[in-house]
Amino acid sequence: MDVGIVGYGVYIPRYRIRVEEIAKVWGENPESVKRGLLVEEKSVPGPDEDTATIAVEAARNAVKQAGIDPQDIGAIYIGSESHPYAVKPTATIVAEAIEATPDLTAADYEFACKAGTAGIQTCMGLVEAGMIKYGMAIGSDTAQGAPGDALEYTAAAGGGAFIVGKNGSETLAAIEGTYSYTTDTPDFWRRDMRPYPRHGGRFTGKPAYYKHVLSAANGLLRQLQLTPQDFAYAIFHQPNGKFPMHAAKELGFSREQVAPGLLTPMIGNTYSGSTMIGLAAVLDQARPGERILAVSYGSGAGSDAFSIVVRDGIENKRDAAPKVLDYANRKVYIEYATYAKFRKLLVK
Amino acid sequence: MAVPRFWREIPNRYNLVGARCGNCNKILFPPRSICPSCRRMGKLEPYRLKRQGKVLSYTVAHVAAEGFEDQVPYVLAIIELEDGPRLTAQITDCNPDEVKIGDEVEMVFRRMGEESQDGVIYYGFKGRLIKP
Ligand SMILES: [Zn+2]
Repeated sequence: MDVGIVGYGVYIPRYRIRVEEIAKVWGENPESVKRGLLVEEKSVPGPDEDTATIAVEAARNAVKQAGIDPQDIGAIYIGSESHPYAVKPTATIVAEAIEATPDLTAADYEFACKAGTAGIQTCMGLVEAGMIKYGMAIGSDTAQGAPGDALEYTAAAGGGAFIVGKNGSETLAAIEGTYSYTTDTPDFWRRDMRPYPRHGGRFTGKPAYYKHVLSAANGLLRQLQLTPQDFAYAIFHQPNGKFPMHAAKELGFSREQVAPGLLTPMIGNTYSGSTMIGLAAVLDQARPGERILAVSYGSGAGSDAFSIVVRDGIENKRDAAPKVLDYANRKVYIEYATYAKFRKLLVK
Repeated sequence: MAVPRFWREIPNRYNLVGARCGNCNKILFPPRSICPSCRRMGKLEPYRLKRQGKVLSYTVAHVAAEGFEDQVPYVLAIIELEDGPRLTAQITDCNPDEVKIGDEVEMVFRRMGEESQDGVIYYGFKGRLIKP
């Protein structure tokens, strides 16, 4: 495989709500919620933000960091489970807002939290085949958990954008391999025209998240003949803080390998943004030559695993756009009433 | 706003595409077909304005315009862009007491409203404070 990452960018909304604030409303013990989920607070989109606006800011950051002409982007794929329209692609809005139109192909992807990484794989194929020069894959979401549901503590908003191109002087990291694992597993779903998803409670763990994440990671390690010791960092999809730490342990990765890419405790689960923001946070600090494992997970269910090797180009590029921690640390706390207003939970 | 008008204005609304006169170098936003200084001598070409600017003046809206009911109180400002043109835009992601005249802003991409609950969603630019 001769493709890599030419640039990446992220966006996380400014507003945060703490676990305490949500627990207060439902009479739950915040300490036990925090201990159970390993989450302190989550990001909340402002009333004028949605998956498209989040994707646009992430995409603009990626183009800026890559330093490419957006007209050279031949494909844009946007993965989300909260596209603003049921019919009308988010990808067209983003393509227009980064001035990549009209000579490109574009589509929206949907696969719960892993639709963004599915887009990376599509771009890799198109670039490798010589059909396009650059492809952009975005994972962006404004996730909603039903009020009072356990998901309400974690369902957050954010996005990450990656530009894929042929390996060369422009690439800041090479993607040396990818492997996916997919089955029909009904652990989490949302029916058409329904506002909130439903999930299988405890069923979401073992047969769903762990089975797919571990199988994809092991499949990739086998394929590339690598072991956890060959990696400086690992990112696993983060529906909460606990699952990725546990998956890492099962696979033989240390806390130190996982911590730099673990953002959920600070910003919540950004769904399609989750693995991509985690990968971006690691790229924000990784050194040339270091190897990174990134494994997404989408309910339904599937996982995409990637092995990425950082290249020299990263040093010149990574300061060109805001970093993950710039957005993660830029925050304003809101109370539940404001949250309810922003998320349109008020009945008028 | 009608859908055709929104669609025609997408380049200005999404990317601050205005016009620059090749004769006097004046930058116009929104774009026009004739340079107000050079008239028939003007040579207008599309020009993408830089997204940075500063707050010249602002007011706090407590009575919402239609579609902005969930955002009161919100700030409407006259922003002078680095390229010269001035425009009126909402300052998003802030409490009204955070805004001061002279503050630096960047123009960001946000939802401006929607035609109706089942209508088109309008996107465009708003200002956001750049805080050190
Ligand atoms: Zn002129």
